Amino acid sequence: MAETADVKEPNVSDVKVSDASTTAEVEAVLDAPVERGEPILQVRNLVKHFPLTQGILLKKQVGAVKAVDGVSFDLYQGETLGIVGESGCGKSTVAKLLMTLETATSGEVFYKGQDITKLSGRALKAVRRNIQMVFQDPYTSLNPRMTVGDIIGEPFEIHPEVAPKGDRRKRVQELLDVVGLNPEYINRYPHQFSGGQRQRIGIARGLALNPEIIICDEPVSALDVSVQAQVVNLMERLQDEFNLSYIFIAHDLSIVRHISDRVGVMYLGKMAEIGTDVQIYDHPTHPYTQALLSAVPVPDPEAREGRERIILTGDVPSPANPPSGCRFRTRCWKAQDKCAEEVPLLAVPEVFAGKQTPAAHESACHFAEEKDVVHAA
Amino acid sequence: MTTTTEKTANVPEQSGEKNAPLLEVRDLHVEFHTRDGVAKAVNGVNYSVSAGETLAVLGESGSGKSVTAQAIMGILDMPPGRIPKGEILFRGQDMLKMSADERRKIRGAKIAMIFQDALSSLNPVLSVGYQLGEMFRVHQGMSKKDAKAKAIELMDRVRIPAAKERVNDYPHQFSGGMRQRIMIAMALALEPDLIIADEPTTALDVTVQAQVMDLLAELQREFNMGLILITHDLGVVADVADKIAVMYAGRIVETAPVHELYKRPAHPYTRGLLDSIPRLDQKGQELFAIKGLPPNLLNIPAGCAFSPRCPKVQDICRTEVPALHDVAEQDGTAMPGRRSACHFWKETIHG
Repeated sequence: MAETADVKEPNVSDVKVSDASTTAEVEAVLDAPVERGEPILQVRNLVKHFPLTQGILLKKQVGAVKAVDGVSFDLYQGETLGIVGESGCGKSTVAKLLMTLETATSGEVFYKGQDITKLSGRALKAVRRNIQMVFQDPYTSLNPRMTVGDIIGEPFEIHPEVAPKGDRRKRVQELLDVVGLNPEYINRYPHQFSGGQRQRIGIARGLALNPEIIICDEPVSALDVSVQAQVVNLMERLQDEFNLSYIFIAHDLSIVRHISDRVGVMYLGKMAEIGTDVQIYDHPTHPYTQALLSAVPVPDPEAREGRERIILTGDVPSPANPPSGCRFRTRCWKAQDKCAEEVPLLAVPEVFAGKQTPAAHESACHFAEEKDVVHAA
Repeated sequence: MTTTTEKTANVPEQSGEKNAPLLEVRDLHVEFHTRDGVAKAVNGVNYSVSAGETLAVLGESGSGKSVTAQAIMGILDMPPGRIPKGEILFRGQDMLKMSADERRKIRGAKIAMIFQDALSSLNPVLSVGYQLGEMFRVHQGMSKKDAKAKAIELMDRVRIPAAKERVNDYPHQFSGGMRQRIMIAMALALEPDLIIADEPTTALDVTVQAQVMDLLAELQREFNMGLILITHDLGVVADVADKIAVMYAGRIVETAPVHELYKRPAHPYTRGLLDSIPRLDQKGQELFAIKGLPPNLLNIPAGCAFSPRCPKVQDICRTEVPALHDVAEQDGTAMPGRRSACHFWKETIHG
């Protein structure tokens, strides 16, 4: 197995400021994305229901798995939007919908003002060039019978306008160099690489067409801790170099905080809370976010006695038959009658509306309340 | 969860020998004979666990942490596996010298194991009640009816709701967290002295992970069991462990009580691991990354196995395998339980 001796030292010209600083307000200002402008991707009320059918010949729909049920968010140029949630909350389905690998039941995805859920044929192909994906498992997402050169070069077969035929090999070698692999490995097969190197190959393939948006579905969760840091650093460096926008889907909340400018928390097909990383991690207002954050084991044994932990009871309900009203109410300690009747909207809670505090961000809870669970001793 | 190493001295020992650890692994070697050569998975591992104590074995994939556990349980595939050297003492008796029958009496009844992936560890065509009851039928010769009653009792104990109604359900009808609870129930069935948990929560979501770890810690206290927790998650370790053994390329590179290790690591690998994890409570600029890759076990580097990736490497590291030194304070006071397999442990911990 070859060494990645030529992994470049990333020099991130940082916009993010380490927040050992003073007041919360200052932090919030510093951490907000610098230039916002027009969103590059606007997702509005995205819904995906998978039908449940009965019978063999005359299939009759008896229900639906509501995998994604009304999700809205914006993605800006050059920023990273993290999406976190437990398994089965619909985060991977959102990724597939954005790639138009699945057809949305309803809702819109605007890429530069154009609704891509309605596109087909040539127009869709053109949009897809600009939205690429990096998959979770580097062992199954690379074809074992293709060489690295063929894998990374395959996007050029579909979009020949990006690189003329004679140039392709050179272009692939450039890409290998960009992701920190030796360009001489172009004729090797995936099994000759380690997990971290394979994920680099997956990233190189995602970069091949010079996309503007890369959707990363759990890109580092299959990797070892020491290799994970290498890949995360690489992704941050590439973002600065090519001004990429990332949608970073993961279940590891620490990694998401590290890489994201903004974070959305999903629960059972809906967005529970969305805001900047400081707003979500240091000033969460949704009880689910608070429970999720408090459950993350902190690598500090000193904190283990003092830390307050909210341990949720039970499991996530089935998305085929979600609870009425607020979907989190069956596991929520604050649940009241109102929660069963009324679906809470994703908006800045009334208590915080108009106030200059980091707690004033969108949260879908009737009884939103700020609570710092990460720093609480 | 404040049990410390010292507390175990109060525990009544059945073997009569005072302060003897429950399990002691001495200089264990495991190798696998493959077509490409001999893969040395474990190269001289020493550790011990006492009753009521939690030992966390930390390491990346391929560090030999699971192979060591399999050797203890006696479930190693042999061949291609082979144990050329070493002792595994359970209550003072070497299990590697026992007959298959004797080992079978220990396995399950005295030492039990919890596996990572509950779905593939449970038999999909048998009901969970049947699988739980099997422990009692095989080991204690109970009747089917009694075994099922015991199974329900166990499911109640690991807090599976409506145990009576669910005892005849099949594994696929349970959620991931519930399946892991069934694995725990199965390991607990015969009230073993020692439980080996191999990445018990890796496949679970954080909220469920917290539930399962809590349950495991509570049951451990209740039965005063020894627990070997095998994991790669530094967060989980910090939450439950009493002492830690860090493994790299089949060797233990550092051992320490849990609080010490996080405060002052004495091996560059441990330090690198601690620096490379992102934090939930603060946003750093850039992650520290250990350069390079874990070594190939067919061809472990000469000298210290970590030397090709170590930021502090010197000439001696490439030629001489460092012994597991006792670590002491700067003024020479001994630090109990602390060891480091680095030529430059002094510089790593003190400077």
